[in-house]
Amino acid sequence: MNPTIVKLALQALLGRRRFWLLLAFPILLVGLVAVLAAFTDAEAAWTVLPALGYPLVLPLVAILAASSVLGPEIDDGSIVYLLAKPVNRHSVAVSKWLVALVATLVAGSLPLLLAGLFTGDIARAVALSVAAVVAGTTYSALFLAISAVTRHAVVASLMFVLIWEGLLGNLFSGVAWLSVGQWGLRIGHEISDQLPDPANLVWACLASLVVTVGGVWFAGDRLRSFSLRGED
Amino acid sequence: MSTIVLDSVSRWFGNVVAVNDVSLTIGPGVTGLLGPNGAGKTTLLAMMSGFLAPSSGQVALDGRPVWRNTDAYRQIGLVPERELSFGYLTGRQFVRANADLHRLPDAAAATERILEVVDLVEPAGRRLDTYSKGMRQRVKIAAALVHDPSVLLLDEPFNGVDPRQRMHLMDLLRRLGEEGRTVLFSSHILEEVERLARHIEVVVSGRHAASGDFGAIRQLMTDRPVQYTLHSSDNRALAAVLIAQPSVRAVQLRGDELHVQVDDLGSFALGLPAWAQQHDLTLFELSPSDESLESVFAYLVAR
Repeated sequence: MNPTIVKLALQALLGRRRFWLLLAFPILLVGLVAVLAAFTDAEAAWTVLPALGYPLVLPLVAILAASSVLGPEIDDGSIVYLLAKPVNRHSVAVSKWLVALVATLVAGSLPLLLAGLFTGDIARAVALSVAAVVAGTTYSALFLAISAVTRHAVVASLMFVLIWEGLLGNLFSGVAWLSVGQWGLRIGHEISDQLPDPANLVWACLASLVVTVGGVWFAGDRLRSFSLRGED
Repeated sequence: MSTIVLDSVSRWFGNVVAVNDVSLTIGPGVTGLLGPNGAGKTTLLAMMSGFLAPSSGQVALDGRPVWRNTDAYRQIGLVPERELSFGYLTGRQFVRANADLHRLPDAAAATERILEVVDLVEPAGRRLDTYSKGMRQRVKIAAALVHDPSVLLLDEPFNGVDPRQRMHLMDLLRRLGEEGRTVLFSSHILEEVERLARHIEVVVSGRHAASGDFGAIRQLMTDRPVQYTLHSSDNRALAAVLIAQPSVRAVQLRGDELHVQVDDLGSFALGLPAWAQQHDLTLFELSPSDESLESVFAYLVAR
């Protein structure tokens, strides 16, 4: 980890307009759940979380965070200013990931806990937030890796979330074995059985770990081979 | 003292060859990398700074390959052509971040020292997105110099910089070269390179076209056959006079114009008024028809 890279990544995250979008989603979610819990019953409010909060808001926040810390700098080539330094590329990737991770946990996982608490069942809320911490960690590493490979990282990440995990995940139960969100839910299931049990627990833990470590390592490896393409 | 050596370096992107079998050695002092736009200067600099792998051949700094060698950046300062996109940082924060990334023992002092060198102390507290093009160029140079590198690589450093600041930058680079650093800058403007560089490397269409001190390069360029268009009181008589001169290679009458191809520009320019006078001819117009840099480069390549 490199404190200067962390500081710059934080400044990049906070200095962009995208950051307010990042905050808007969780605030709207918590507001919606709070209103539903107050005016209808807590169970109706809860359904928003597994249907909208967990599968959509959490990965969206992770996408915005991961792509803000790395994407623009790679896009416009200004990352050369960070890379023309005797700094290990993997420590650059780890530093950027840590910033994306903290942003995802604060703006993605924490609001899920808060919203869950509004619906009464504390064990259930804690279980969901544990799932969100696991999935948020994995998502941020995966999306960081995607940001390091393609200029269309946001679109590619959205496709993964919406089409693979969302659409296909609902149609075919087998997709759960290759779905970051489902791995998190499986781990959360250990705390409260109100959460589904889509895959094997050991598999969910191992897969989350492998994707997290692999994603950050891969991003670092891509940075080692970062090429500056001239206009000519 | 550091030396960059390129040994039979080529780089292609798909079917496009950007750099074609270039071998050169860049040593201490200021070297200019001269070539028209699209000649492969940026590609060469990217390979020298470790931001592009050569497709074939070797790029080495003091004997060690640069590609995927992060330690090389202890010696290299790089000023890319790219715009800074750290608009949310102040000039001081940006330079300081560069110093910190180099883990300099006294990063704060190094930052202030280099801001002074590039004459940016006063605006250093302002955000980068308020800077003029020349100021951004200087803050990029400050960031590249903050760790006191032995090699400084600059891609088109004078682009968009106003004349006063250009002088200032040139003085700075000249001083760095005199201190024994290896300074390499690219440019497509001959006069710029001539004024600053002791040594010039010319690249055209990805090929290494010429190499030498500025005198030799200037000589190569002025000794090439140059085309002139002449208007005179009697073009045919003038043609007869000119073709007798050893400095003239060819003469062509075309409409009411006389086209002359000159080999030795010096003796032609010196002799022409006298030849016209001796034969009672009046010269109305003399204009070079291909003085563009492109034609100079084309000549160097065809040679």
